[in-house]
Amino acid sequence: MDNKIQINAAGKVFSTDRQDVVALQDVNLSIGANEFITFVGASGCGKSTLLRCIGGLETLSGGEIRVNDRVVDGPGVDRAMVFQNYSLYPWLSVVDNIKFSRRLKVNREGATSSEVEVASGRADALLSLMGLAHVSKAYPNQLSGGMQQRVAIARALLPKPEILLMDEPFGALDAQTREVMHDLILHLFNLEKTTIVFVTHDVEEAIYLGQRVVLMAPRPGRIDTIYEVPLPDKRDQEMKLSPEFIALKKQILSRIRETSGMHTNQDLLERMTRQAEDSVSI
Amino acid sequence: MSVNASYSGIRTQSFLRQLWRRLWTIRGYLSQKEFLLFAAVGMLVPFAAWWFLANSGIMDKVFLPSPMDVLLRIYHWFEDDDLVGDAWISIYRVTVGFLLSAVLAVPLGIMIGTYRPIQAIFEPLTDFIRYMPAVAFIPLVMLWVGIDEGSKIAIIWIGTFFQMVLMVAEDVRRVPMAQIEAAQTMGAGDEEIVSLVIFQSAKPALLDTLRITMGWAWTYLVVAEMVAANSGLGYAILKAQRFLQTDKIFAGIILIGLIGLIMDQLFRLAHRKSFPWLYKK
Repeated sequence: MDNKIQINAAGKVFSTDRQDVVALQDVNLSIGANEFITFVGASGCGKSTLLRCIGGLETLSGGEIRVNDRVVDGPGVDRAMVFQNYSLYPWLSVVDNIKFSRRLKVNREGATSSEVEVASGRADALLSLMGLAHVSKAYPNQLSGGMQQRVAIARALLPKPEILLMDEPFGALDAQTREVMHDLILHLFNLEKTTIVFVTHDVEEAIYLGQRVVLMAPRPGRIDTIYEVPLPDKRDQEMKLSPEFIALKKQILSRIRETSGMHTNQDLLERMTRQAEDSVSI
Repeated sequence: MSVNASYSGIRTQSFLRQLWRRLWTIRGYLSQKEFLLFAAVGMLVPFAAWWFLANSGIMDKVFLPSPMDVLLRIYHWFEDDDLVGDAWISIYRVTVGFLLSAVLAVPLGIMIGTYRPIQAIFEPLTDFIRYMPAVAFIPLVMLWVGIDEGSKIAIIWIGTFFQMVLMVAEDVRRVPMAQIEAAQTMGAGDEEIVSLVIFQSAKPALLDTLRITMGWAWTYLVVAEMVAANSGLGYAILKAQRFLQTDKIFAGIILIGLIGLIMDQLFRLAHRKSFPWLYKK
C-alpha cells in the first residue's frame, strides 16, 4: 500500500500569553491510499488538531506532514474537509452549495462550457447518490441535520478530492440518522476510492467505519495505540453485535478511560451519598 | 335543567381559566387575531386618554392640543405652508449623511472584523469617539464646516459612523469560522473569502445594522436642525415653540415618527426580499 499521508514527528503547541498547551507531541503515522482510518480519544487528545493540520488549517510547531510526498503548508483542493456543522452557506441553495468549489475555480480561471457541463453532471450525480435530488433547490435551513451533512459531504466530494477529512461530521445527529449516514459514507468510500481520515468521539462509529482505529491520548496529545479492525471491508449493521466487534470496543473503551486521566473518585461518591442521606433526615 | 346550567357554568369558567393561563404563559403563544386585539388596546388607550385629557378642559390647549388640532395643523402645514419642502429637506439630509456613513463604515467594519491588526488600529479609537456625544460636536462642526447643508450632514455622520463601524465589525465576526474554513479547504483565496463568504454571510445582519443606525440618524438630524438650520422638520418644531404653537410641535414630532416608521418598514421589506432563505422554513 503506497503512502498517501505521511506524518513525521509532528508537534503542535498552542501558545497564549499565559501558557503553552502541547496539543500534539511526536506524532508519527503513515496513511495509505484508499484507506479509511478513524481517530478516537478523550477530549484534548489532539485528534481534531491533527486533522486540521493535515487539512492545512493549522500549522505544525514541529515535524512535517506530507501528502503525496509534498509538505503541507496550507489548505488545498486535494484535501476536502467536512465539519461538524455550520459550514454550509445558508444563502445558497443545496445545489449551489455543492457547486461552490466549481464557482471558485470559474471565478479564478474562467471555464469552458464543457467543463461547466461536466461539473453539473457530477453535481447531479452526487445529488441523486445522496438522496438530495428532490431538495436541490431548497435552502440548507429547510433541511434536517442529517440532510445538511449530506450536502456538506457532497460539496466536499464535488472536485474529486484524493483525501476526505471528516471532523466529527455526525456528532450533532441523532443515533438513527447516524447509522444511515455510516452506511452512506461506507458506500461512497467504496465508490469514490478516496482516502478518508475520520475523527470522532464515538468508539462504535470509529470501529464500524475504520479499517484502522487510531487511539490518541491527552496531555500531551499523542498517538497511544493503533488497532486493526478485524472486520471485512464490506460492513453491515449486524457486525456491531459480533464478538470481535464487541471485544475491540471493550478494549478501546477501557484504554480511553485509562488514558483520559479522569477516574471516578469512589471516596467522593460515597461522601456525597452520605451527605444526601443526612440532609434527607433533617 | 338546573344540572345542565350549572354544568355549562363550570365549563365556561374553566374555559376562561384556560384562556387566562395560556395568555400569561412565559414565552407563550398568541394567535394573530389575539395579537392584533392586544396591539389595538395598546395603541388606542393612550390615544383615547390624550383625546379625553385635551378635550375635557383639564389641561390648557397651549400645553396639550387635541388630536384634532394636530391633524388640522398638519393639513394647514401641507396646504398653506411648505410641509413637503420641510420633510423633503430633512429626508435629504438624513439620507446623504447616512449613506456617507454606510459607504465608509461597511468596508472598514468588514476589514476590522476580518483582520486583527486592522481591528487593533481602529477599534480602540472608534470606541473612544463613539462615547463622545455627537451633539457636543455641533459648535466645532459649525466652526469647521459652516452653517449650510454640510454641517447638518456632518452631525449625522458623526452620530452614526462610529457606531456603525463597530456594529458592522461585530456582524462580520459572527460569521461562523466553519463557513470560512470550508471555503479555504475548497481552494478559496483571501479575497474570495471576504467577498464570497464573509460579506454574503453577514449581509442580513448588515442590513439590520443599517436599519437601526437609520433610526439614530433621524435623532441627530433633528438635533442638528434645531441648533443650526432654517429649514426642515426639526427647525419647524423649534420655530413652533417660539410662537407657542404646541399643536405644530406635536405635528412635527408625529411626522418624524411616521417617516421613521415608513423607512424602517422599507428596510424590513428589503430584508425579506433580499434574503429569502431566512424566511422559508
